[in-house]
Amino acid sequence: MPVAKVNGVETEFEPGMTVLQVAERAGEEIPRFCYHERLSIAGNCRMCLVEVKPGPPKPQASCALPAAEGQEIFTNTPMVEKARKGVMEFLLINHPLDCPICDQGGECDLQDQAMGYGRDASRYDENKRAVEEKNMGPTIKTFMTRCIQCTRCVRFITEVAGVPDIGMISRGESAEITTYLEQSIDSELSGNVNDLCPVGALTHRPWQYHYRPWELKKTETIDVMDALGSNIRADARGAEVMRVLPRVNEDINEEWLSDKSRYAVDGLTRRRLDQPYVRENGRLRPASWSEALGVVADRLTAAPADRIGVIAGDLQDAESMKATLDLFRALGSANTDCRQDGMAVGGEAREGWLFNSGVAGIEQADVVLLIGTNPRVEAPLLNARLRKGWLSGDTRILSIGEAADLTYEVEHLGAGAKTLSKLPKAATDALKNAERPAIVVGAGAIAGANGAAVLNAIGALAKKVGVVKDGWNGFNVLHTAAGRVAGLDMGFTPADGGLDVAGMVKPGALDVLFLLGADEVDTTGSDAFRVYLGSHGDRGAHGADVILPGAAYTEKPGIYVNTEGRVQMAERVVFPKGEAKEDWAIIRALSERVGHTLPYDSLDQLRQRLMGDHPTFGRIDYLVPAAAFDVGALGKKGDPGEGEFRSPILDPYLTNPIARASATMAELSAQRVTPVAMAAE
Amino acid sequence: MVGILEDKDRIFTNLYGLQDWTLEGAKKRGCWNATGDMLALGRDWIITNVKNSGLRGRGGAGFSTGLKWSFMPKEVKEDRPHYLVVNADESEPGTCKDREIMRHDPQLLIEGCLIACFAMQAHACYIYLRGEYVLERERMEAAVKQAYEARLIGKNNVHGWDLDIYIHHGAGAYICGEETALLESLEGKKGQPRLKPPFPAGAGLYGMPTTVNNVESIAVVGTILRRGAEWFAGFGRPNNTGTKIMSISGHVNRPCNVEEAMSIPLKQLLEEHCGGVRGGWDNLKAVIPGGSSVPLITREMSETALMDFDSLREMRSGLGTAAVIVMDQSTDLVKAIARISYFYKHESCGQCTPCREGTGWMWRVLERMAIGEADPSEIDLLLDVAGQVEGHTICALGDAAAWPVQGLIRHFRHEIEERIANYRNARANFAGHAIAAE
Repeated sequence: MPVAKVNGVETEFEPGMTVLQVAERAGEEIPRFCYHERLSIAGNCRMCLVEVKPGPPKPQASCALPAAEGQEIFTNTPMVEKARKGVMEFLLINHPLDCPICDQGGECDLQDQAMGYGRDASRYDENKRAVEEKNMGPTIKTFMTRCIQCTRCVRFITEVAGVPDIGMISRGESAEITTYLEQSIDSELSGNVNDLCPVGALTHRPWQYHYRPWELKKTETIDVMDALGSNIRADARGAEVMRVLPRVNEDINEEWLSDKSRYAVDGLTRRRLDQPYVRENGRLRPASWSEALGVVADRLTAAPADRIGVIAGDLQDAESMKATLDLFRALGSANTDCRQDGMAVGGEAREGWLFNSGVAGIEQADVVLLIGTNPRVEAPLLNARLRKGWLSGDTRILSIGEAADLTYEVEHLGAGAKTLSKLPKAATDALKNAERPAIVVGAGAIAGANGAAVLNAIGALAKKVGVVKDGWNGFNVLHTAAGRVAGLDMGFTPADGGLDVAGMVKPGALDVLFLLGADEVDTTGSDAFRVYLGSHGDRGAHGADVILPGAAYTEKPGIYVNTEGRVQMAERVVFPKGEAKEDWAIIRALSERVGHTLPYDSLDQLRQRLMGDHPTFGRIDYLVPAAAFDVGALGKKGDPGEGEFRSPILDPYLTNPIARASATMAELSAQRVTPVAMAAE
Repeated sequence: MVGILEDKDRIFTNLYGLQDWTLEGAKKRGCWNATGDMLALGRDWIITNVKNSGLRGRGGAGFSTGLKWSFMPKEVKEDRPHYLVVNADESEPGTCKDREIMRHDPQLLIEGCLIACFAMQAHACYIYLRGEYVLERERMEAAVKQAYEARLIGKNNVHGWDLDIYIHHGAGAYICGEETALLESLEGKKGQPRLKPPFPAGAGLYGMPTTVNNVESIAVVGTILRRGAEWFAGFGRPNNTGTKIMSISGHVNRPCNVEEAMSIPLKQLLEEHCGGVRGGWDNLKAVIPGGSSVPLITREMSETALMDFDSLREMRSGLGTAAVIVMDQSTDLVKAIARISYFYKHESCGQCTPCREGTGWMWRVLERMAIGEADPSEIDLLLDVAGQVEGHTICALGDAAAWPVQGLIRHFRHEIEERIANYRNARANFAGHAIAAE
């Protein structure tokens, strides 16, 4: 490895590194505003100036300068100091002194670095510049007077989010960052620009003036708004989660977060179920825990075992699902299902329902075939990965299903099963000849009556083109629910002779239907006695005969398994609301009442049991490299039909009870330009 | 004879447009003569001769043209075409030399393009014209058309080197004269300078190897090769050789463009070609010798200054584009520099911090100084601010904005101080006055 000297200390570095990276490697902190390791280099803030020998006798921008063998880098000479102080002075002369009322205050790069390089008093006697606010949509609050034109937001929106909605217009002093036509940013990743902004020019609009960062208690946990399991940090004040920020996890979300994961948290304080309810004379009335559990227990024990069933919801943690599954199996019920969307997966090899290439691994694929999925709405950060692969020129993307703007070039082959059975030769050849071909299957393709047959056809195609081979498994199922893979992993599917979701909600199918946080399934046709355990007064609670208030994902420790099969632990950020309890504890209490006491008294014991029964749950944070499996044996042979594949997500901002309770999500949803409306114009 | 250069040694024999500008006229004056023979001598011969001639870039920076050409990759890789881009975005205040070349001697430029493209193995050449140069664009387009029709350029031309020349009209931004901003603009983007490295010779237009040359640098190449590198190197002092078009404006009796030998004494240039300074040499106050961006020099310095890179650099100024702006005693220098400062404030692209914020600051302070409404301590502040801009920016516009201010303070600080004192004396109750008296 080449060696450079940083302040006289010899430092080894990888070829291709910049001077800034080498200096950081040597432990020298280089101040910067525009530089961001995940964005292209702009070199425009000039804060990272260093002295370099050999080189011109003036300071150099270290973020953009390639390091060279034998180079001498100085980060603390008087020249560097003076240069940085000069730049800082320039940044501050037109920056307002409104730190006390600025939301960025306390976590502002400019504030921090002004401590190191700022003057005590201003030498600037002229009038300061003022810039009008811009409309950037419901997620971004702008104070453009504070902007230091670092263009991080421009680069993120163009490069990562893939929509050319933000740019810098005018020049010189008049240069402004704007959305050109003053419109909302049409991206599901827009909130990230607020994180990226080194000053208070772009701040989180939903949380505007709600908190000061030093008041918050910070808890590292896992997101459940999609099936990726993005790593987040939830910041709470008292009993309220004030905000959610991304944590770095290179394998999943890098350091981004989708708008839904970030801004749906205001839904955690609205429409909450904070006490048990029992329906009496057609109306729900508050009840005590004891009474509510008694009613449920009576119904469960009275009904024959094949006349009771349970559906697990999308946001459910593994522990509560495990407890529920154990309880219903103990009661002798085979009617258990966690697949609200009706995907025809589960039962066989685990690889049959996982995103086997891994979220990060999809970047390695050279040809990707999307079947019945719109990753931009189902998993925005996965879409960003696909875009990254496409941008680097290595990934070619084909699709069957809805034609949608995915922010990159997609060769759209057709709309549904018909195309799948008669795939153009060019497409199969492309997959066949690819070194690492991948197929991404969404619920749009394999849910519904023909799901199993479609899955079988996809499996056959995957086998034919060699998607699963030595050292590469490119068969990927993209789930949309955070709790789904855990459910499938523990076998939360109908046992022999059991009913699936569609069967359970049919009129006359069951006497008691237990909804474990299940809000996405229409139960209005069912005439069973319905019990709802969940956190929000949403669809599941509306028709319920008994409501048992549970905890939302920020209110309980829990295990979640993401779509690639990675097991992650979420932590409790705040306590459940009112009388609500953690879900597993409610099930445990119920089990006593029905005379089948579950053999665990604490969450730890429950987890031991879970990991004992299903060893995959023991591999926390660790992704097992996908094994080879017989992809051709998936699903059931049959007629895939001719139906068109439609993503189950009609509105990406309203996919779960928390999001539906969120005012911000409602606003985003209303802003969304629906394709139908466009077509009508 | 007037000046140093004899008529027989002029390259731009139709500089004043007194003769026919068309291909036919140009050929009569020797253009396109033996071009094919020169190409037949090979690339190395061309580059070596351009190097030996001592030709330094005429756009202002004065980098050796032959050396620049030699930075281009020797082999053309597959899918990596080479490009020549001619910088005709002549916007520096005071400079109007390229304009005359394109108006009256366009074929010299086109011939130079062919030779340069051949030497650098480029098959496409873009000429980026300043937005305001409408007549020049029409003239260039007509001249290129004539060259195509005569099969001097184009596919399967008589010279055996395929070359397409495209005329591109800019939108009128000064910053697009900076070579990388020019490339951005040519690609259809906002004209903002790129970070260097990579230099255009490695990754320029559309990421391909590109050389960007000034109009004059390219236009002189044909004649240099025809008459020999030694002939060209015979003018001027070592390291500052050749002939150069100089544009003299301001307070002289006959402002003009004139092709002269390098290193001609400034005084001789003004006296012999421009009829002297208005009101006589003693009426001279200051000279900006190389376009608005270089620091001005005083009359005493002008006595001995030679019009070349080294002499002017020793005086902490520069030759730039050799656009001499002459200012006599009637000039309000502070106001003049304030106006120049306004120009740079207006033309800064806004990309990087020191230039975006510093140019406006300097202009505002200078505007106040021009009427005297300032504090004497602000002179040092201004100098400090100029120093904080200079050398800290992505491109040279920051330097260009700082230098005139530095030049003013270096040589005419007393004028600013006087201005401030006069302003205060005229106001008996001036706050600063009272403080000063204490």
